[in-house]
Amino acid sequence: MDETQRRIEAVFRIEWTRLLAGLARFVRGDLGAAEELAQDAFVAALETWPHDGIPRDPGAWLMQVAKNRALKRIDRQRRWGEKEVEIARVVEDRQERAADAIEKAADDDIGDDLLSLVFASCHPSLSAESRVALTLRVVAGLTTEEIACAFVVPESTAAQRIVRAKRTLAESGARFEVPRGPELAERLGSVLEVVYFVFNEGYVATAGAEWMRPALCEDALRLGRILAALMPGEAEVQGLVALMEIQASRIGARTSPDGTPIPLFEQNRARWDHFLVERGLAALKRGEALGGAPGPYLLQAGIAACHARARTPADTDWRRIVACYDQLAAATPSPIVELNRAVAVSFADGPAAGLRIVDQLAKLPALEGYHLVPAVRADFLSRLGRHGEARAELERAAALTKNDRERALLVARAAALGTGRS
Amino acid sequence: MKFIVFGHANKDTEAGVLPTGEEFAKMGKFIEELVKAGVFVAGEGLQPSSKGARITFGKGGKTTIKNGPFTESKELIAGFSIIQVKSLDEAIAWMSRTPSPEGSSLEIRQLFSDEDFAPVDPTGELREQDAKLRAEADERHGKS
Repeated sequence: MDETQRRIEAVFRIEWTRLLAGLARFVRGDLGAAEELAQDAFVAALETWPHDGIPRDPGAWLMQVAKNRALKRIDRQRRWGEKEVEIARVVEDRQERAADAIEKAADDDIGDDLLSLVFASCHPSLSAESRVALTLRVVAGLTTEEIACAFVVPESTAAQRIVRAKRTLAESGARFEVPRGPELAERLGSVLEVVYFVFNEGYVATAGAEWMRPALCEDALRLGRILAALMPGEAEVQGLVALMEIQASRIGARTSPDGTPIPLFEQNRARWDHFLVERGLAALKRGEALGGAPGPYLLQAGIAACHARARTPADTDWRRIVACYDQLAAATPSPIVELNRAVAVSFADGPAAGLRIVDQLAKLPALEGYHLVPAVRADFLSRLGRHGEARAELERAAALTKNDRERALLVARAAALGTGRS
Repeated sequence: MKFIVFGHANKDTEAGVLPTGEEFAKMGKFIEELVKAGVFVAGEGLQPSSKGARITFGKGGKTTIKNGPFTESKELIAGFSIIQVKSLDEAIAWMSRTPSPEGSSLEIRQLFSDEDFAPVDPTGELREQDAKLRAEADERHGKS
Protein backbone atom coordinates (compact mmCIF):
# COMPACT_ATOMS: atom_id res chain seq x y z
CA MET A 1 0.00 0.00 0.00
CA ASP A 2 1.47 3.38 -0.93
CA GLU A 3 1.84 6.20 1.51
CA THR A 4 -1.09 8.28 0.29
CA GLN A 5 -3.43 5.36 0.61
CA ARG A 6 -2.17 4.62 4.11
CA ARG A 7 -2.72 8.26 5.07
CA ILE A 8 -6.24 8.19 3.70
CA GLU A 9 -6.99 4.98 5.49
CA ALA A 10 -5.74 6.45 8.78
CA VAL A 11 -7.96 9.50 8.31
CA PHE A 12 -10.86 7.24 7.54
CA ARG A 13 -10.18 5.17 10.61
CA ILE A 14 -10.29 8.09 12.97
CA GLU A 15 -13.38 9.53 11.23
CA TRP A 16 -15.21 6.23 11.02
CA THR A 17 -17.16 6.30 14.28
CA ARG A 18 -18.37 9.87 13.96
CA LEU A 19 -19.19 9.40 10.30
CA LEU A 20 -21.20 6.28 11.02
CA ALA A 21 -22.95 7.88 13.98
CA GLY A 22 -23.97 10.92 11.94
CA LEU A 23 -25.10 8.79 9.01
CA ALA A 24 -27.04 6.42 11.24
CA ARG A 25 -29.00 9.39 12.51
CA PHE A 26 -29.48 10.58 8.91
CA VAL A 27 -30.97 7.27 7.75
CA ARG A 28 -33.07 6.91 10.90
CA GLY A 29 -31.00 4.26 12.62
CA ASP A 30 -30.45 1.85 9.71
CA LEU A 31 -26.90 0.79 10.55
CA GLY A 32 -26.58 -1.36 7.44
CA ALA A 33 -27.37 1.55 5.16
CA ALA A 34 -25.14 3.86 7.21
CA GLU A 35 -22.20 1.51 6.84
CA GLU A 36 -22.69 1.22 3.08
CA LEU A 37 -22.80 4.99 2.73
CA ALA A 38 -19.67 5.36 4.82
CA GLN A 39 -17.87 2.83 2.62
CA ASP A 40 -19.02 4.68 -0.50
CA ALA A 41 -17.61 7.89 0.91
CA PHE A 42 -14.31 6.15 1.61
CA VAL A 43 -14.11 4.93 -1.98
CA ALA A 44 -14.82 8.47 -3.15
CA ALA A 45 -12.02 9.73 -0.91
CA LEU A 46 -9.61 7.18 -2.35
CA GLU A 47 -10.49 8.44 -5.83
CA THR A 48 -10.31 12.14 -5.08
CA TRP A 49 -7.81 12.81 -2.31
CA PRO A 50 -4.67 11.49 -4.02
CA HIS A 51 -5.06 14.33 -6.59
CA ASP A 52 -6.69 17.06 -4.52
CA GLY A 53 -4.98 16.37 -1.22
CA ILE A 54 -6.66 15.49 2.09
CA PRO A 55 -9.21 18.23 2.86
CA ARG A 56 -8.70 20.44 5.89
CA ASP A 57 -11.79 18.96 7.51
CA PRO A 58 -11.97 15.42 6.13
CA GLY A 59 -14.84 14.44 8.44
CA ALA A 60 -17.14 17.07 7.01
CA TRP A 61 -16.09 16.12 3.48
CA LEU A 62 -16.86 12.44 4.02
CA MET A 63 -20.16 13.22 5.71
CA GLN A 64 -21.23 15.50 2.87
CA VAL A 65 -20.33 12.97 0.19
CA ALA A 66 -22.11 10.17 2.03
CA LYS A 67 -25.22 12.26 2.57
CA ASN A 68 -25.29 13.30 -1.07
CA ARG A 69 -25.11 9.64 -2.06
CA ALA A 70 -27.97 8.87 0.28
CA LEU A 71 -30.10 11.63 -1.17
CA LYS A 72 -29.30 10.58 -4.72
CA ARG A 73 -30.34 7.06 -3.96
CA ILE A 74 -33.60 8.26 -2.52
CA ASP A 75 -34.25 10.54 -5.45
CA ARG A 76 -33.70 7.61 -7.77
CA GLN A 77 -35.23 4.71 -6.00
CA ARG A 78 -37.58 6.07 -3.35
CA ARG A 79 -37.39 2.76 -1.65
CA TRP A 80 -37.67 3.78 1.95
CA GLY A 81 -41.46 3.81 1.77
CA GLU A 82 -43.02 5.52 4.74
CA LYS A 83 -39.94 7.52 5.47
CA GLU A 84 -40.39 9.36 2.18
CA VAL A 85 -42.11 12.37 3.60
CA GLU A 86 -39.41 12.91 6.10
CA ILE A 87 -36.75 12.40 3.51
CA ALA A 88 -38.44 14.73 1.06
CA ARG A 89 -38.17 17.37 3.73
CA VAL A 90 -34.46 16.66 4.03
CA VAL A 91 -34.08 17.04 0.26
CA GLU A 92 -35.78 20.44 0.36
CA ASP A 93 -33.65 21.39 3.28
CA ARG A 94 -30.58 20.47 1.35
CA GLN A 95 -31.48 22.78 -1.51
CA GLU A 96 -31.95 25.65 0.88
CA ARG A 97 -28.81 25.13 2.84
CA ALA A 98 -26.47 23.53 0.35
CA ALA A 99 -23.93 26.30 0.82
CA ASP A 100 -23.39 25.98 4.54
CA ALA A 101 -23.99 22.27 4.81
CA ILE A 102 -20.35 21.35 5.02
CA GLU A 103 -19.64 23.87 7.72
CA LYS A 104 -22.63 22.76 9.68
CA ALA A 105 -21.66 19.10 9.56
CA ALA A 106 -18.39 20.08 11.16
CA ASP A 107 -20.01 22.03 13.96
CA ASP A 108 -22.75 19.56 14.83
CA ASP A 109 -22.55 18.23 18.31
CA ILE A 110 -21.88 14.66 17.43
CA GLY A 111 -21.82 13.48 21.05
CA ASP A 112 -25.45 12.39 21.02
CA ASP A 113 -25.14 10.57 17.69
CA LEU A 114 -22.10 8.72 18.93
CA LEU A 115 -23.83 7.68 22.13
CA SER A 116 -26.90 6.61 20.16
CA LEU A 117 -24.61 4.45 18.06
CA VAL A 118 -23.10 2.86 21.17
CA PHE A 119 -26.50 2.17 22.68
CA ALA A 120 -27.80 0.73 19.39
CA SER A 121 -24.81 -1.63 19.11
CA CYS A 122 -25.44 -2.88 22.65
CA HIS A 123 -29.20 -3.10 22.20
CA PRO A 124 -30.98 -5.69 24.38
CA SER A 125 -32.61 -7.27 21.30
CA LEU A 126 -29.16 -8.54 20.26
CA SER A 127 -27.37 -11.60 21.58
CA ALA A 128 -24.31 -11.01 23.74
CA GLU A 129 -21.87 -12.00 21.00
CA SER A 130 -23.66 -9.84 18.43
CA ARG A 131 -23.41 -6.83 20.72
CA VAL A 132 -19.69 -7.34 21.05
CA ALA A 133 -19.12 -7.87 17.33
CA LEU A 134 -21.29 -4.92 16.32
CA THR A 135 -19.72 -2.58 18.88
CA LEU A 136 -16.23 -3.46 17.73
CA ARG A 137 -17.24 -2.96 14.12
CA VAL A 138 -19.26 0.23 14.21
CA VAL A 139 -17.97 2.00 17.33
CA ALA A 140 -14.35 0.87 17.61
CA GLY A 141 -13.98 0.72 13.82
CA LEU A 142 -12.32 -2.70 13.69
CA THR A 143 -12.54 -4.54 10.38
CA THR A 144 -14.39 -7.87 10.25
CA GLU A 145 -11.01 -9.50 9.73
CA GLU A 146 -9.70 -7.96 12.95
CA ILE A 147 -12.82 -9.00 14.84
CA ALA A 148 -12.55 -12.56 13.53
CA CYS A 149 -8.93 -12.61 14.60
CA ALA A 150 -9.76 -11.28 18.07
CA PHE A 151 -12.29 -14.01 18.78
CA VAL A 152 -10.56 -16.74 16.83
CA VAL A 153 -13.49 -17.41 14.52
CA PRO A 154 -13.48 -17.56 10.72
CA GLU A 155 -13.95 -14.19 9.06
CA SER A 156 -17.21 -15.35 7.50
CA THR A 157 -18.59 -16.08 10.98
CA ALA A 158 -17.68 -12.64 12.24
CA ALA A 159 -19.14 -11.00 9.13
CA GLN A 160 -22.32 -13.01 9.52
CA ARG A 161 -22.71 -12.02 13.15
CA ILE A 162 -22.50 -8.38 12.20
CA VAL A 163 -24.91 -8.67 9.28
CA ARG A 164 -27.38 -10.57 11.45
CA ALA A 165 -27.03 -8.04 14.27
CA LYS A 166 -27.80 -5.15 11.93
CA ARG A 167 -30.81 -6.99 10.54
CA THR A 168 -32.13 -7.82 14.01
CA LEU A 169 -31.75 -4.19 15.02
CA ALA A 170 -33.63 -2.97 11.94
CA GLU A 171 -36.41 -5.50 12.49
CA SER A 172 -36.78 -4.81 16.18
CA GLY A 173 -37.55 -1.18 15.31
CA ALA A 174 -35.05 -0.03 17.93
CA ARG A 175 -34.97 3.74 18.01
CA PHE A 176 -31.68 5.44 17.28
CA GLU A 177 -31.37 7.56 20.40
CA VAL A 178 -29.84 7.83 23.82
CA PRO A 179 -32.18 6.27 26.39
CA ARG A 180 -33.36 8.56 29.18
CA GLY A 181 -34.50 8.16 32.76
CA PRO A 182 -34.64 4.73 34.37
CA GLU A 183 -34.06 3.03 31.02
CA LEU A 184 -30.66 4.68 30.79
CA ALA A 185 -29.26 2.89 33.84
CA GLU A 186 -30.34 -0.49 32.53
CA ARG A 187 -29.11 0.07 28.97
CA LEU A 188 -25.87 1.59 30.23
CA GLY A 189 -25.26 -1.63 32.16
CA SER A 190 -25.35 -3.54 28.90
CA VAL A 191 -22.92 -1.10 27.25
CA LEU A 192 -20.42 -1.33 30.09
CA GLU A 193 -20.71 -5.11 30.07
CA VAL A 194 -19.76 -5.22 26.39
CA VAL A 195 -16.77 -2.93 26.90
CA TYR A 196 -15.52 -4.89 29.91
CA PHE A 197 -16.02 -8.14 28.05
CA VAL A 198 -13.77 -6.90 25.24
CA PHE A 199 -11.20 -5.80 27.81
CA ASN A 200 -11.23 -9.15 29.60
CA GLU A 201 -10.97 -11.05 26.35
CA GLY A 202 -7.72 -9.17 25.84
CA TYR A 203 -6.61 -9.48 29.46
CA VAL A 204 -7.23 -13.21 29.88
CA ALA A 205 -7.83 -14.57 26.42
CA THR A 206 -10.20 -17.52 26.43
CA ALA A 207 -9.21 -18.46 22.90
CA GLY A 208 -6.10 -18.41 20.77
CA ALA A 209 -2.48 -19.11 21.46
CA GLU A 210 -1.69 -16.04 23.55
CA TRP A 211 -2.69 -15.60 27.16
CA MET A 212 -3.16 -11.87 26.69
CA ARG A 213 -3.98 -9.72 23.69
CA PRO A 214 -3.10 -6.17 24.67
CA ALA A 215 -4.48 -4.68 21.43
CA LEU A 216 -7.97 -5.74 22.50
CA CYS A 217 -7.41 -4.18 25.93
CA GLU A 218 -6.44 -0.97 24.18
CA ASP A 219 -9.60 -0.98 22.07
CA ALA A 220 -11.71 -1.49 25.19
CA LEU A 221 -9.86 1.28 27.00
CA ARG A 222 -10.40 3.63 24.09
CA LEU A 223 -14.12 2.80 24.05
CA GLY A 224 -14.25 3.39 27.80
CA ARG A 225 -12.46 6.73 27.54
CA ILE A 226 -14.81 7.83 24.77
CA LEU A 227 -17.81 6.93 26.95
CA ALA A 228 -16.30 8.72 29.93
CA ALA A 229 -15.85 11.88 27.86
CA LEU A 230 -19.41 11.69 26.52
CA MET A 231 -21.07 10.84 29.84
CA PRO A 232 -18.94 12.58 32.46
CA GLY A 233 -21.76 12.40 35.02
CA GLU A 234 -22.08 8.61 35.10
CA ALA A 235 -20.10 7.24 38.04
CA GLU A 236 -20.09 3.67 36.76
CA VAL A 237 -18.54 4.74 33.45
CA GLN A 238 -15.73 6.40 35.37
CA GLY A 239 -15.53 3.28 37.55
CA LEU A 240 -15.14 0.96 34.58
CA VAL A 241 -12.50 3.20 33.01
CA ALA A 242 -10.62 3.34 36.33
CA LEU A 243 -10.81 -0.43 36.66
CA MET A 244 -9.54 -1.02 33.12
CA GLU A 245 -6.75 1.58 33.36
CA ILE A 246 -5.44 0.06 36.59
CA GLN A 247 -5.69 -3.52 35.33
CA ALA A 248 -4.02 -2.54 32.07
CA SER A 249 -1.17 -0.96 34.03
CA ARG A 250 -0.11 -4.47 35.05
CA ILE A 251 0.06 -5.92 31.55
CA GLY A 252 3.84 -5.59 31.29
CA ALA A 253 4.35 -7.29 34.66
CA ARG A 254 1.83 -10.12 34.32
CA THR A 255 3.92 -12.57 32.36
CA SER A 256 7.51 -13.74 32.47
CA PRO A 257 9.52 -13.59 29.23
CA ASP A 258 8.46 -17.18 28.39
CA GLY A 259 4.79 -16.26 28.74
CA THR A 260 4.07 -17.84 32.14
CA PRO A 261 1.45 -15.84 34.05
CA ILE A 262 2.74 -14.10 37.20
CA PRO A 263 0.20 -13.72 40.05
CA LEU A 264 -0.50 -10.24 41.43
CA PHE A 265 1.53 -10.62 44.60
CA GLU A 266 4.58 -11.89 42.80
CA GLN A 267 4.58 -9.20 40.14
CA ASN A 268 7.38 -6.70 40.07
CA ARG A 269 5.41 -3.58 40.90
CA ALA A 270 8.06 -1.26 39.51
CA ARG A 271 7.09 -2.59 36.10
CA TRP A 272 3.49 -1.49 36.38
CA ASP A 273 2.73 1.35 34.01
CA HIS A 274 2.60 4.29 36.41
CA PHE A 275 1.03 6.46 33.77
CA LEU A 276 -1.99 4.17 33.48
CA VAL A 277 -2.20 3.81 37.26
CA GLU A 278 -2.36 7.56 37.55
CA ARG A 279 -5.11 7.80 34.94
CA GLY A 280 -7.00 5.04 36.71
CA LEU A 281 -6.77 6.72 40.10
CA ALA A 282 -7.90 10.01 38.57
CA ALA A 283 -10.94 8.34 36.98
CA LEU A 284 -11.74 6.66 40.29
CA LYS A 285 -11.58 10.00 42.05
CA ARG A 286 -13.93 11.54 39.47
CA GLY A 287 -16.35 8.64 39.86
CA GLU A 288 -16.35 8.82 43.64
CA ALA A 289 -16.80 12.59 43.56
CA LEU A 290 -20.10 12.12 41.72
CA GLY A 291 -21.58 10.78 44.93
CA GLY A 292 -24.33 8.24 45.46
CA ALA A 293 -23.92 4.60 46.38
CA PRO A 294 -20.96 3.23 44.42
CA GLY A 295 -21.83 0.59 41.81
CA PRO A 296 -19.94 -2.62 41.12
CA TYR A 297 -17.40 -1.12 38.69
CA LEU A 298 -16.50 1.73 40.99
CA LEU A 299 -16.12 -0.72 43.89
CA GLN A 300 -13.93 -3.07 41.86
CA ALA A 301 -11.87 -0.07 40.77
CA GLY A 302 -11.55 0.85 44.45
CA ILE A 303 -10.12 -2.59 45.18
CA ALA A 304 -7.75 -2.44 42.20
CA ALA A 305 -6.65 1.01 43.39
CA CYS A 306 -5.70 -0.36 46.82
CA HIS A 307 -3.31 -2.77 45.10
CA ALA A 308 -2.07 -0.05 42.76
CA ARG A 309 -1.24 2.28 45.65
CA ALA A 310 0.71 -0.37 47.59
CA ARG A 311 4.42 -0.19 46.83
CA THR A 312 4.87 -3.78 48.07
CA PRO A 313 2.27 -6.50 48.79
CA ALA A 314 2.89 -5.91 52.52
CA ASP A 315 1.80 -2.27 52.12
CA THR A 316 -1.66 -3.32 50.91
CA ASP A 317 -4.54 -1.65 52.74
CA TRP A 318 -6.53 -4.83 53.37
CA ARG A 319 -9.05 -3.11 55.69
CA ARG A 320 -10.09 -0.86 52.85
CA ILE A 321 -10.24 -3.79 50.43
CA VAL A 322 -12.47 -5.74 52.81
CA ALA A 323 -14.74 -2.69 53.11
CA CYS A 324 -15.00 -2.53 49.29
CA TYR A 325 -15.79 -6.25 49.11
CA ASP A 326 -18.45 -5.87 51.81
CA GLN A 327 -20.14 -3.21 49.69
CA LEU A 328 -19.66 -5.23 46.53
CA ALA A 329 -21.17 -8.33 48.12
CA ALA A 330 -24.16 -6.24 49.22
CA ALA A 331 -24.59 -4.63 45.76
CA THR A 332 -24.06 -7.75 43.65
CA PRO A 333 -24.09 -10.87 45.83
CA SER A 334 -22.19 -13.72 44.22
CA PRO A 335 -20.17 -16.69 45.47
CA ILE A 336 -17.14 -15.47 43.49
CA VAL A 337 -17.21 -12.08 45.20
CA GLU A 338 -17.54 -13.92 48.51
CA LEU A 339 -14.52 -16.06 47.73
CA ASN A 340 -12.46 -12.97 46.98
CA ARG A 341 -13.77 -11.33 50.12
CA ALA A 342 -12.57 -14.36 52.09
CA VAL A 343 -9.04 -13.82 50.74
CA ALA A 344 -9.12 -10.14 51.69
CA VAL A 345 -10.45 -11.00 55.17
CA SER A 346 -7.67 -13.57 55.63
CA PHE A 347 -5.09 -10.80 55.14
CA ALA A 348 -6.95 -8.26 57.27
CA ASP A 349 -8.02 -10.54 60.16
CA GLY A 350 -5.91 -13.67 59.72
CA PRO A 351 -6.34 -16.96 57.85
CA ALA A 352 -8.72 -18.45 60.42
CA ALA A 353 -11.30 -15.71 59.68
CA GLY A 354 -10.89 -16.34 55.94
CA LEU A 355 -11.29 -20.07 56.44
CA ARG A 356 -14.61 -19.61 58.24
CA ILE A 357 -16.03 -17.79 55.18
CA VAL A 358 -14.68 -20.26 52.66
CA ASP A 359 -15.97 -23.24 54.65
CA GLN A 360 -19.47 -21.80 54.31
CA LEU A 361 -18.89 -21.27 50.60
CA ALA A 362 -17.69 -24.82 50.04
CA LYS A 363 -21.20 -26.01 50.90
CA LEU A 364 -22.79 -24.06 48.02
CA PRO A 365 -23.74 -26.21 45.06
CA ALA A 366 -22.88 -23.30 42.73
CA LEU A 367 -19.21 -23.63 43.58
CA GLU A 368 -19.04 -27.40 43.48
CA GLY A 369 -16.17 -28.47 41.27
CA TYR A 370 -14.73 -24.94 41.14
CA HIS A 371 -10.99 -25.40 41.59
CA LEU A 372 -10.36 -22.06 43.26
CA VAL A 373 -12.33 -23.04 46.39
CA PRO A 374 -9.90 -25.81 47.43
CA ALA A 375 -6.98 -23.70 46.19
CA VAL A 376 -7.97 -20.80 48.45
CA ARG A 377 -8.70 -23.16 51.36
CA ALA A 378 -5.27 -24.70 50.88
CA ASP A 379 -3.66 -21.29 51.16
CA PHE A 380 -5.44 -20.52 54.44
CA LEU A 381 -4.67 -23.98 55.86
CA SER A 382 -1.00 -23.75 55.02
CA ARG A 383 -0.79 -20.29 56.62
CA LEU A 384 -2.36 -21.87 59.71
CA GLY A 385 0.38 -24.51 59.67
CA ARG A 386 -2.03 -27.32 58.70
CA HIS A 387 0.16 -28.53 55.85
CA GLY A 388 -1.27 -32.02 55.40
CA GLU A 389 -4.81 -30.71 54.87
CA ALA A 390 -3.46 -27.95 52.64
CA ARG A 391 -1.68 -30.46 50.43
CA ALA A 392 -4.85 -32.55 50.02
CA GLU A 393 -6.79 -29.42 49.02
CA LEU A 394 -4.13 -28.46 46.47
CA GLU A 395 -4.28 -31.91 44.95
CA ARG A 396 -8.05 -31.64 44.75
CA ALA A 397 -7.74 -28.23 43.06
CA ALA A 398 -5.19 -29.62 40.59
CA ALA A 399 -7.60 -32.40 39.63
CA LEU A 400 -10.41 -29.88 39.06
CA THR A 401 -8.70 -27.22 36.95
CA LYS A 402 -8.87 -27.38 33.17
CA ASN A 403 -5.88 -25.14 32.58
CA ASP A 404 -2.56 -26.97 32.14
CA ARG A 405 -0.35 -24.16 33.37
CA GLU A 406 -2.47 -23.71 36.45
CA ARG A 407 -2.47 -27.44 37.19
CA ALA A 408 1.31 -27.53 37.03
CA LEU A 409 1.45 -24.61 39.46
CA LEU A 410 -0.93 -26.29 41.94
CA VAL A 411 0.93 -29.61 41.77
CA ALA A 412 4.20 -27.80 42.41
CA ARG A 413 2.75 -26.00 45.41
CA ALA A 414 1.44 -29.29 46.81
CA ALA A 415 4.85 -30.88 46.39
CA ALA A 416 6.50 -27.91 48.10
CA LEU A 417 4.42 -28.57 51.21
CA GLY A 418 6.29 -31.86 51.57
CA THR A 419 4.97 -35.08 52.99
CA GLY A 420 5.02 -34.08 56.66
CA ARG A 421 1.95 -34.55 58.79
CA SER A 422 -0.13 -31.65 59.90
CA MET B 1 2.01 3.64 20.75
CA LYS B 2 2.68 7.08 22.09
CA PHE B 3 3.85 10.09 20.12
CA ILE B 4 5.00 13.51 21.21
CA VAL B 5 4.07 16.40 18.98
CA PHE B 6 6.21 19.53 19.15
CA GLY B 7 4.80 22.85 18.04
CA HIS B 8 7.54 25.06 16.69
CA ALA B 9 8.10 28.57 17.95
CA ASN B 10 7.64 31.70 15.83
CA LYS B 11 8.11 35.43 16.33
CA ASP B 12 4.92 35.74 18.32
CA THR B 13 5.48 32.84 20.69
CA GLU B 14 9.02 34.06 21.26
CA ALA B 15 7.71 37.56 22.03
CA GLY B 16 5.35 36.05 24.58
CA VAL B 17 2.27 37.12 22.63
CA LEU B 18 -0.65 35.10 24.02
CA PRO B 19 -3.14 33.54 21.62
CA THR B 20 -6.32 35.51 21.05
CA GLY B 21 -9.50 34.36 22.75
CA GLU B 22 -10.69 32.94 19.45
CA GLU B 23 -7.48 30.99 18.81
CA PHE B 24 -7.55 29.71 22.35
CA ALA B 25 -11.13 28.51 21.95
CA LYS B 26 -10.34 26.77 18.67
CA MET B 27 -7.41 24.95 20.19
CA GLY B 28 -9.54 24.02 23.19
CA LYS B 29 -12.15 22.54 20.89
CA PHE B 30 -9.51 20.55 19.04
CA ILE B 31 -8.08 19.16 22.26
CA GLU B 32 -11.57 18.32 23.45
CA GLU B 33 -11.98 16.31 20.25
CA LEU B 34 -8.75 14.45 21.00
CA VAL B 35 -9.88 13.76 24.55
CA LYS B 36 -13.27 12.51 23.40
CA ALA B 37 -11.58 10.15 20.96
CA GLY B 38 -9.44 8.75 23.76
CA VAL B 39 -6.28 9.99 22.01
CA PHE B 40 -5.03 12.90 24.11
CA VAL B 41 -2.59 12.06 26.90
CA ALA B 42 -0.97 15.32 27.95
CA GLY B 43 0.07 18.71 26.65
CA GLU B 44 1.62 21.99 27.76
CA GLY B 45 2.62 25.31 26.27
CA LEU B 46 6.13 26.71 26.66
CA GLN B 47 7.09 30.21 27.76
CA PRO B 48 9.43 32.15 25.41
CA SER B 49 13.03 31.03 25.34
CA SER B 50 13.99 34.39 26.92
CA LYS B 51 12.85 32.84 30.18
CA GLY B 52 14.99 29.74 29.73
CA ALA B 53 18.64 28.74 29.68
CA ARG B 54 20.91 26.31 27.91
CA ILE B 55 23.62 24.18 29.44
CA THR B 56 26.47 22.92 27.29
CA PHE B 57 28.72 20.16 28.59
CA GLY B 58 32.26 20.87 27.46
CA LYS B 59 35.54 19.08 27.83
CA GLY B 60 36.94 18.25 31.25
CA GLY B 61 33.63 18.67 33.04
CA LYS B 62 33.36 22.32 32.07
CA THR B 63 29.78 23.47 31.66
CA THR B 64 28.69 26.64 29.93
CA ILE B 65 25.41 28.30 30.74
CA LYS B 66 23.76 30.49 28.15
CA ASN B 67 20.65 32.41 29.07
CA GLY B 68 17.83 32.83 26.58
CA PRO B 69 16.53 34.11 24.30
CA PHE B 70 17.95 31.85 21.64
CA THR B 71 18.03 33.30 18.18
CA GLU B 72 17.73 30.28 15.91
CA SER B 73 13.96 30.19 16.38
CA LYS B 74 13.49 27.53 13.70
CA GLU B 75 14.73 24.99 16.22
CA LEU B 76 12.71 26.27 19.13
CA ILE B 77 9.66 24.66 20.62
CA ALA B 78 6.56 26.50 21.78
CA GLY B 79 4.50 23.61 23.06
CA PHE B 80 3.96 19.90 23.04
CA SER B 81 1.25 17.26 23.25
CA ILE B 82 1.51 13.56 23.88
CA ILE B 83 -1.00 11.37 22.07
CA GLN B 84 -1.72 7.66 22.03
CA VAL B 85 -2.69 6.17 18.67
CA LYS B 86 -2.23 3.00 16.65
CA SER B 87 0.27 4.20 14.06
CA LEU B 88 2.28 7.16 12.78
CA ASP B 89 -0.32 7.51 10.03
CA GLU B 90 -3.02 7.91 12.63
CA ALA B 91 -0.90 10.46 14.51
CA ILE B 92 -0.49 12.42 11.26
CA ALA B 93 -4.20 12.15 10.52
CA TRP B 94 -5.07 13.62 13.91
CA MET B 95 -2.45 16.32 14.09
CA SER B 96 -3.07 17.55 10.53
CA ARG B 97 -6.24 19.10 11.84
CA THR B 98 -4.56 21.18 14.52
CA PRO B 99 -5.96 24.71 14.21
CA SER B 100 -2.49 26.18 13.72
CA PRO B 101 -1.85 29.46 11.91
CA GLU B 102 -0.49 29.48 8.36
CA GLY B 103 3.24 29.03 8.11
CA SER B 104 3.53 27.17 11.39
CA SER B 105 4.74 23.60 11.69
CA LEU B 106 4.58 20.57 13.95
CA GLU B 107 6.98 17.71 14.47
CA ILE B 108 5.72 14.23 15.38
CA ARG B 109 8.08 11.83 17.13
CA GLN B 110 7.42 8.38 18.50
CA LEU B 111 8.20 7.84 22.18
CA PHE B 112 10.19 4.90 23.40
CA SER B 113 8.21 2.25 25.22
CA ASP B 114 9.53 -0.09 27.86
CA GLU B 115 10.18 -2.96 25.44
CA ASP B 116 12.38 -0.81 23.19
CA PHE B 117 15.11 -0.92 25.83
CA ALA B 118 15.30 -4.70 25.97
CA PRO B 119 18.51 -4.92 23.83
CA VAL B 120 20.51 -2.69 26.19
CA ASP B 121 18.80 -3.85 29.38
CA PRO B 122 18.21 -7.59 28.95
CA THR B 123 17.47 -8.31 32.62
CA GLY B 124 15.06 -5.41 32.92
CA GLU B 125 16.92 -4.16 35.99
CA LEU B 126 17.54 -0.66 34.68
CA ARG B 127 13.95 -0.33 33.53
CA GLU B 128 12.77 -1.40 36.97
CA GLN B 129 14.96 1.19 38.59
CA ASP B 130 13.59 3.80 36.21
CA ALA B 131 9.98 2.80 36.87
CA LYS B 132 10.57 2.96 40.61
CA LEU B 133 11.94 6.48 40.38
CA ARG B 134 9.05 7.63 38.24
CA ALA B 135 6.54 6.17 40.69
CA GLU B 136 8.31 7.96 43.51
CA ALA B 137 8.39 11.23 41.61
CA ASP B 138 4.66 10.99 40.94
CA GLU B 139 4.00 10.37 44.58
CA ARG B 140 6.02 13.41 45.62
CA HIS B 141 4.08 15.59 43.24
CA GLY B 142 0.94 14.34 44.89
CA LYS B 143 -0.43 12.89 41.71
CA SER B 144 -1.75 9.74 43.23
